[in-house]
Amino acid sequence: MSLYRDEGVVLRTQKLGEADRIVTILTKRTGKVRGVAKGVRRTTSRFGARLEPFTHVDLQLHTGRTLDVITQAETLRPYGEGLAADYPRYTAGSAMLETADRLTMGEKEPALRQFLLLIGGLRTLVEQEHEARLVLDAYFLRSLAVAGYAPALESCARCSAPAVRAFAIVAGGMVCGTCRPAGAAVPSAETIVLMTALLRGDWPTADASEARYRTECSGLVAAYLQWHLEHGIRSLRHVERV
Amino acid sequence: MYEGVVQNLIDELGMLPGVGPKSAQRIAFHLLAADPADVNRLAHALLEVKEKVRFCRVCGNVAAEEECRICRDARRDEHVICVVEESKDVVAIEKTREFRGRYHVLGGAISPIEGVGPDDLRIRELMTRLADGQVTELILATDPNLEGEATATYLARLVKPMGLKVTRLASGLPVGGDLEYADEVTLGRAFEGRRLLDV
Repeated sequence: MSLYRDEGVVLRTQKLGEADRIVTILTKRTGKVRGVAKGVRRTTSRFGARLEPFTHVDLQLHTGRTLDVITQAETLRPYGEGLAADYPRYTAGSAMLETADRLTMGEKEPALRQFLLLIGGLRTLVEQEHEARLVLDAYFLRSLAVAGYAPALESCARCSAPAVRAFAIVAGGMVCGTCRPAGAAVPSAETIVLMTALLRGDWPTADASEARYRTECSGLVAAYLQWHLEHGIRSLRHVERV
Repeated sequence: MYEGVVQNLIDELGMLPGVGPKSAQRIAFHLLAADPADVNRLAHALLEVKEKVRFCRVCGNVAAEEECRICRDARRDEHVICVVEESKDVVAIEKTREFRGRYHVLGGAISPIEGVGPDDLRIRELMTRLADGQVTELILATDPNLEGEATATYLARLVKPMGLKVTRLASGLPVGGDLEYADEVTLGRAFEGRRLLDV
């Protein structure tokens, strides 16, 4: 497989040498790929803005010894263009890209569901039909579910009892009074309804929720995500929650 | 591995950006073969740059004194401030000889993924400069990439209530390129910013 073609979303870029960049892309068929884009920082580069973060691109790559080399790129949809003009959505989008990067640990391990989820999340964010933080929390919950860490919200995460009382990150979601560990948070019922709606994609319920439940939901989701990733998400500190 | 001092030099040169082990070795042997006066001059320049160069207390540009050459120049228009990411950008704009105002160097761009937020840049200092009401135009000349655009959006939103004119450098086709190779975003911006040809 010396030359191959795939489509993907640019997750991040790092400067390399004089005018090159290492571009990390979550591709549809190959999984996460790190490729070198030669000369991309020059104003006359043929890649132009095609390899900027958030861009959905059609790529041709050449397999290299350590890093692949990007030989051609065509834009399918430049999500970054709309996001850079809206600061709260830009910070939320950055947290989505960082999470996608962290959840797809190995390179070249196909992660089709994560790819489709990211594309869907970015599209929803750009279309501005829902509040940025709701889109971000929905993405977090669903990407965790795809990775096998879906929080238990309707029955106890430990004993499956129907009566749930508290949210325990270490237990994996809601827990009953008997299984409740010390220090578990006790969110309001409306917050759990919102979290369930976001996990299922029930937007009418999510959009109708009140600001205080959204804030509580965001806090729980962020803590749950970072506990499972065993790593802080740097972008989260900068997400502007308006 | 070479004798202690030679290996030390190779290791130190290898720490520089873009210099790999082979290049470091080549530079080290070039220095060994060079005239002692030339090497002395280089060593002196390295020491002097660390001793004398500091950041301008007004604009954040590299300076040999408390204030940089541009901030000290009374002929520069103090009503216009051009905001750039790095000192290198000041040099690039100065080469055009098109701009006669002052600068403000942010020290980077907002990049949440890299952990760089507005508080990590010299935005507070910029707001202090704008507070006295002397500045009438703010030119946002951050890089035309995603981080640069987001930084410009953030600054424009922050400065808007002050009522001054905020402009952004034009984006479009590079001079000397072929239209067919332009990407969709750049070509789209070139259309947006097209100008009337008055012949």
